[in-house]
Amino acid sequence: MIPAAFEYHAPKNLEEAFRLLDRHGDEAKLLAGGHSLLPMMKLRLAAPRFVIDLGRLKGLDYIREEQGHMVIGAMVKHAEIEHSSLLRAKCPLLPEAAAAIGDVQVRNRGTIGGSLAHADPAADYPAAILGLDAVMELQSNSGSRTVSAEDFFVDMLTTQLRPGEILTQIRVPVIGKGSGTAYCKLPQLASGYAVVGVAARVTLANGKLAQVTIGVTGVGPKAYRAENVENALRGKKASDKSVAEAARHAAHGIDALADLHASADYRREMAGVFTRRALALAIARAAGKKA
Amino acid sequence: MSVEIQVRVNGQPRQSTVEPRTLLVHYLRDVLGLTGTHVGCETSLCGACTVLLDGRAVKSCTMLAVQADGANITTIEGVSGLNGSNGGLHPVQEGFWEKHGLQCGFCTPGMICASVELLSKNPNPSEAEIRHALHGNLCRCTGYQKIVESVRYAAGKMKARKR
Amino acid sequence: MATATKFIGKPLKRKEDPRLIQGIAHYVDDLVLAGMLHAGFVRSPHAHAVVKSIDSTKAQSAPGVVGVFTAEDFRGQIGIVPCAAQLPDLKGAPRPVLATGRVRFVGEAVAVVVASDRYALRDAMDLVEVDYEPLTPVVDPEKAISKNAPVLHEPSADNVSFRWELEGGDVKRAFKQADKVIRQRILNQRLVPMAMEPRGVLAEYKRGEKTLTVWSSTQIPHLLKTQLAAMLGTPEHSVRVITPEVGGGFGSKLNVYPEEAIVAHLAMRLGHPVKWMESRRENFVCTIHGRDQIADVEAAVSKDGTLLGTKWRIIADLGAYYQLLTPLVPTLTGLMLAGSYKVPAIKIEIIGALTNKMATDAYRGAGRPEATYYVERLMDLIAAELKMDPAEIRRKNFPLPKEFPYTTPTGVAYDSANYQRSLDIALKKSGYAKLRKEQAALRKQGRYLGIGVSTYVEICAMGPSSAMPAGGWESATVRVEPTGKVTILTGASPHGQGQETSFAQMGAEVLGLTPDDVNVVHGDTGAVPYGIGTFGSRGTAVGGTAAYMSLVKLRDKLAKIVGHLTGEDPKNFVFGGGSISSKSSANKSISLGEAIGAAYTAKTLPQGMEPGLEATTFFEPTNFTFPFGAHVCVVEIDAETGGVRLLKYVAVDDCGNVLNPLLVEGQVHGGIVQSVGQAMFEEAVYDEHGQLITGELMDYAIPRADAMPWMETHRTVTPSPVNPLGVKGVGEAGTIGATPAIINAVVDALAPFGVRHVDMPVKRERIWKLMRRKAAPKRAPRAAAKAKPKKKSKSAARRRTSRRAR
Repeated sequence: MIPAAFEYHAPKNLEEAFRLLDRHGDEAKLLAGGHSLLPMMKLRLAAPRFVIDLGRLKGLDYIREEQGHMVIGAMVKHAEIEHSSLLRAKCPLLPEAAAAIGDVQVRNRGTIGGSLAHADPAADYPAAILGLDAVMELQSNSGSRTVSAEDFFVDMLTTQLRPGEILTQIRVPVIGKGSGTAYCKLPQLASGYAVVGVAARVTLANGKLAQVTIGVTGVGPKAYRAENVENALRGKKASDKSVAEAARHAAHGIDALADLHASADYRREMAGVFTRRALALAIARAAGKKA
Repeated sequence: MSVEIQVRVNGQPRQSTVEPRTLLVHYLRDVLGLTGTHVGCETSLCGACTVLLDGRAVKSCTMLAVQADGANITTIEGVSGLNGSNGGLHPVQEGFWEKHGLQCGFCTPGMICASVELLSKNPNPSEAEIRHALHGNLCRCTGYQKIVESVRYAAGKMKARKR
Repeated sequence: MATATKFIGKPLKRKEDPRLIQGIAHYVDDLVLAGMLHAGFVRSPHAHAVVKSIDSTKAQSAPGVVGVFTAEDFRGQIGIVPCAAQLPDLKGAPRPVLATGRVRFVGEAVAVVVASDRYALRDAMDLVEVDYEPLTPVVDPEKAISKNAPVLHEPSADNVSFRWELEGGDVKRAFKQADKVIRQRILNQRLVPMAMEPRGVLAEYKRGEKTLTVWSSTQIPHLLKTQLAAMLGTPEHSVRVITPEVGGGFGSKLNVYPEEAIVAHLAMRLGHPVKWMESRRENFVCTIHGRDQIADVEAAVSKDGTLLGTKWRIIADLGAYYQLLTPLVPTLTGLMLAGSYKVPAIKIEIIGALTNKMATDAYRGAGRPEATYYVERLMDLIAAELKMDPAEIRRKNFPLPKEFPYTTPTGVAYDSANYQRSLDIALKKSGYAKLRKEQAALRKQGRYLGIGVSTYVEICAMGPSSAMPAGGWESATVRVEPTGKVTILTGASPHGQGQETSFAQMGAEVLGLTPDDVNVVHGDTGAVPYGIGTFGSRGTAVGGTAAYMSLVKLRDKLAKIVGHLTGEDPKNFVFGGGSISSKSSANKSISLGEAIGAAYTAKTLPQGMEPGLEATTFFEPTNFTFPFGAHVCVVEIDAETGGVRLLKYVAVDDCGNVLNPLLVEGQVHGGIVQSVGQAMFEEAVYDEHGQLITGELMDYAIPRADAMPWMETHRTVTPSPVNPLGVKGVGEAGTIGATPAIINAVVDALAPFGVRHVDMPVKRERIWKLMRRKAAPKRAPRAAAKAKPKKKSKSAARRRTSRRAR
């Protein structure tokens, strides 16, 4: 219940944060909303010597539209995404995924940047981020770089973030005409994390699937794009049959996790079921049907 | 090592020096003596420690006191001071009393705080919306049904007062 | 009881609520004493190991640390953890308060650290170095009692704690006569009680007065006081136990734990108040667990569905040591194996198994939910085998209302009941016949609705002292204060049940006052008469009766005083509106205040009458009470995920007369949802190393607000003849009746897949597997797109089978 002692720093700006990160190296941990880090510290699974609180930074809590994209500061809280009318109109997949996280209290504190940087294999956002083909901006003392969502997740609890880097922004495309998105999830009943979570984004043109992207979380050691489902459907007619057929392969080639809550077989099967459900819902929404 | 924080708790300005690792719930309970906020788990799942931070329900066991620096905090002891309850009970408190929304009472302060936030965002929640909003608060006694009734009662009461 | 009542039976708001809803009530952790120290326990990470050495030097010198203590420091100073169960041939499994040389479950304490504050304490606990030599753990109860299993407690030769056997009627003949014999193994998984407030203890020793005060989150303050005095070797008259607010118990605080004795001892030893608060993780591993039985049943039935006899073999996993009632709980299962049916012959064998786990003990229902679950599953198995409706087979085997008191072959005498009526109401209110039609229609569409029925009877009002290890009576002292206010001091120890309100309702009713005039005091051994406590649905039926009898004594005394003052027959008075009025003549009435004054000033009392207005009753019930009811539950199963959704829940319960229907409803709701927990979510899973892998709320799911549909509750009233109030008790009814209703519904939904039984909890994957292993049901063809994946999933199932075979 009680974290080990640490030295606390609350940088006022990014430059100061970078300096602290450089100085303390891997003895330091970044604190955003604290809903991944603090539980680990309380159970003493993590005991950093230095905690760098990004909560006092100005300017990382924006949601705005820029050149056909939505850009979201890393410190934006789940609840702000869930309730953002701008995002609901321009990128409804993110609010839908945010609403599926934990509970009200968790959503009131947890941040998108914190969750993504933590890269829990059963977190909800990674599926949406992949489904949206998002771009992450990583900054450090030596400048900034962008990484695609697909490249960002490396392994369980591991991302492309290098020592000294901070995830500062997430850039996602604005939903276009004829497009639809959906996030469908089978929650682990105790923790609320995803046993399987699937985010789907489709664009319909003349009844055909002009574009399909699918992000899957909870199944493997890291969230992934269900590329063989995407490939099987791209350019095809959006029928129940073709979707059901393709969705079955949502976990193809994935080394599925097995734990107390679900075996690998079950996870693979559910990846198919929830991919089909997410696709069906996204297609219905793209076709302008209310769902 | 210690840091200074300034917070407003239940309307009162407080200035304290705390160890950075001090959890908000321990600050409220052990430093300020506000023991109405309870600790029921270590994993941010039970919701017994829920307080309002700038009007939003948060789990005070999963926050450092220093993260609350500058914030406006309402604990169960201060809920009656919200919404012009005239020193009486808040309508949500009334609802829990009227509708038998509690038994052992341990989860109740957290339940009430979470319900207060719900009604501030959604003055007329459906049964499903109430159940969804209280997903982060565990109760082992009531079976939740009377808690749902309590929140509905409060919603009705608050609507009547606004008129 | 009066027929027309003013307060009894009314849904009054609770008197205890204002402090609880304002956050100004006090649980153990809210109490702070000057100079208070904090204790924390270093616990074994191994299920079975030899403790080779404990090095506390680093911890001793850590900032804020007052001391580190091991078993060696307490040798000869603190006795073993008490077990009140008396069974013939019960094998010894003594538990020292700290492990002495050997640990037998994960979470067993090996050392205690005392420090000046929580944070310093937590840091220091990491510095205690314990060297363990792991031993082979015994986890599976069946293996535990087999030959060659490592023995937990030498000098015993094996891990069989006890064998309990019971036979009534001619079982051999029953099975010879049977048209059918139905067999099934039924599991009742281990559960974690999970009171929202973990346990906690604060102790203070006053050297001058030589008094020890212990504040503990317990359900049994008096029994704890006696046991602490014995464990600590302290004179009992200098020990006082106080239960502040208790944040839920469910049986998990009906116990005497090592931490209570150690904290009390440390307060005496160190001369400072000492507090220990259990963490949730500790609560998982070292507060008692519930259930954990394996039952093998055989039932002999005739082809018309008449029960002829049943045979039971039950293995109860007791864990590593006995807590207060550990070995007794499975025997309660045995007593209730007739259920609410006429079974002419029963043969029962129960074996207690010792394993490297936390002890099981009395968790809400304590043995009876297990029995009811087995019996109610069995009735459905028989119905399925004979192709009868589950409601019909139950009705066929109920005893008739005129047959009560009805004695079962297990020797239990059910007090009063009308099982037919509660089942009829449950079926009617749930729209049972219509539900069956709906189910048939939905099956044709490939949707799987299940309807489950359970009709239960349970044992409450524990109980007659002849059947209770520490006595089964309860006490109450009632005092009418000189100013006319009333204090009820009860030996019961409510912790959420609401008896500060319901007992006040009784007081107001009997003495013609208002509930605000009556204050109920409990949970302080320094203030209330010796009592037994709150558990086994006894608070109102036994404790309430004691209070009622004391109230009646005072009413009679007041009537005698007024009769003496006015010359009226004492039987001729009515109490109410602050006065004692003669039914015949207005000038023979006087105010209550005047009568009370007469009692206290003692100048005009009838000859021989003692002054004052205080009466004490120790009520000894002649029997248990046997509440009963019928529950109907409707579920739908998602054929793709195996997910079970509760659609409808109707409960008809009969707990006799009711003091406050609001409180009864609350108990029923809570009980049902706790039962939903066992049926659908909860399971304490130990792995093969004896590690509790569902050891925190991240992995152990309990029902949340969105788990339930709107529950519909109804009541019938069959007063108990066992006590003058006619009440039966209701704290455990929901938990007992609901589990089988839910599982019966799930199995019913899965009937098209050839499923006849499924073990709890009905986790999605478990159901999903069952739906795939069995033949796919025949049903009308549907739209091509939806029918095809079904076929595919069949082939997928084949692929999985072949993979498993490799």
